[in-house]
Amino acid sequence: MKVSPWFDRWRKWKSRAALLLLVGGCGLAVLPLFAILLHLIRQGASALDWAFFTQAQKPVGELGGGMGHAILGTLAQVGLASLLGIPLGLACGIYLSEFGARERQGAPGTRERFASPVRFALELLASTPSILVGVFVYGVIVVPMKKFSLMSGALALMLILLPLVARTSEELLRLIPQHLREAGLALGLPRWKVILSVVLRSAWPGVWAAILLAMARIAGETAPLVLTSFGNPSFSHAWDQPSASLPLQIYTYAISPFEEWHRMAWAGALTLVLTVLVLNAITRISGGSHERRRHD
Amino acid sequence: MKGDRIFLQILRGAALVSLLILAGFFLQLFSSAWPALKASGISFFTSTNWDPNQQAFGAGAFIYGTVVSSLLALVIAVPISVATALCLTDLFASRVAAMISFLVEMLAAIPSVVFGLWGVFVLSPLLRSTIQPFLAERFSWIPLFSGPPLGIGMMSAGIILAIMITPTLTALSRELFLAIPTLQREAALALGATRWEAIRVAVLKSATSGLWGAVVLAWGRALGETMAVTMVIGNRAQVSPSLFAPAQTLAAVLANEYAEATDDLHLSALAAVGFTLLLVSTLIHWGAKTWIKRRAQT
Repeated sequence: MKVSPWFDRWRKWKSRAALLLLVGGCGLAVLPLFAILLHLIRQGASALDWAFFTQAQKPVGELGGGMGHAILGTLAQVGLASLLGIPLGLACGIYLSEFGARERQGAPGTRERFASPVRFALELLASTPSILVGVFVYGVIVVPMKKFSLMSGALALMLILLPLVARTSEELLRLIPQHLREAGLALGLPRWKVILSVVLRSAWPGVWAAILLAMARIAGETAPLVLTSFGNPSFSHAWDQPSASLPLQIYTYAISPFEEWHRMAWAGALTLVLTVLVLNAITRISGGSHERRRHD
Repeated sequence: MKGDRIFLQILRGAALVSLLILAGFFLQLFSSAWPALKASGISFFTSTNWDPNQQAFGAGAFIYGTVVSSLLALVIAVPISVATALCLTDLFASRVAAMISFLVEMLAAIPSVVFGLWGVFVLSPLLRSTIQPFLAERFSWIPLFSGPPLGIGMMSAGIILAIMITPTLTALSRELFLAIPTLQREAALALGATRWEAIRVAVLKSATSGLWGAVVLAWGRALGETMAVTMVIGNRAQVSPSLFAPAQTLAAVLANEYAEATDDLHLSALAAVGFTLLLVSTLIHWGAKTWIKRRAQT
């Protein structure tokens, strides 16, 4: 039986065309990154000066001003959120990996009854849209206090940080081989000491990278802050007062009708993106290169 | 040992806190939503009339906007992400593939508000001045491309969302493709398939059901995206067949109105919008996860 040579040629051309389309799709996927970076640098770099980092928002019509207050606010809120969220998240991660064996084969004393519900809860928390975290904190903190505050913003960010840290640290701790734990226990060390100074210690580079990535992520969160820390045009770091933050200030500047403020928005976005991307790049290239990232 | 017992109690405490948070989440949202849901009944979901001044609260237009904008995002993002993932696993040399996947991951790290900023000042003007007039001229007989080209609206929201979910979708489909044995590809090639035919038969076909799971997972992501959408969708509670028209989504209306609402019923209606979003995104996420898990077992 002979197949027409035209048919073969047609198949070859079809294959080439299809592969070309695939590569084109790949180009389309990375194009936005370059487009966004290009515009950020072109529009934002000119407004980056000393005043930008040291001054607060100026009234409409006055030239100058900056986002110093917003940068400070972001640092305060991310710091406070990390202070609460990292220990809590690590504790949940350790609980799930060391005492919450997934299957029945876990060693005695490693199957806690609450492990599956906790894992489920953390997964749902991680999958809820971040604006809803804002709605929750608004109802629980802002309404009873009758005002927006830095603290409520930090709490909202903490709720986003918690599942990120807990889930990645569980995964990473699980990768530590069982015989390391057994060796520690065989030496007569108490369990808590084995977990903290053998298991957590060996997983630390990866866990630390995951923590940094999670902090970079919450530093860029805007939606929950609209309902919690609300924004503030001047320097303020009282815990019970509305507070500015970098992403929120970018939003305020961007939706305003003023040319000067748009410039500020671009400069702020450039600062934010550079910080976040550098943090990401460093952790990816140094520590996190050989561990798989989870995307759900 | 005593130290161990104390240690375990501390961990249990932390675990309990996370359970309480989730329970509080649902309870709080539901209890604030209840007055509005009771007042409007089923019409809360079907009516498209949202006018806080008239005490009319129907979230229909938001549901429509959420569904259409996220579906539009999927229509754009799915082919691009699948193509990218195929390039990474089957076409490019490993060094090139590593670089491309690094770039895609960087795209995932960009905060939502920056996408919004770019959407407002770069994408929307481009749509208004070039792309939408072109579409309107050629395809104005399709209702999707009717009406004045505004730039801001459903179309820019869909495109921005597509850009934002591309990294997630690419990573998910890449993992699916990596899980397919090389032998299967080689078998197809050995039978005389061209490279594209091998990809289609050996890779895409075996990954189809997993891809559905990934698509639904990404859909759940797109539904809840807030800031970027708020900035480019135009924020008008209306149902229009045209992609050029402004619209509104569940998440965007929360960001827009919550902090300014003073009236009790208005606040409760917004909480009901939030509760709807919570239910929908939870169900979608959970459904996709179960689908993927069941597939992995068989």
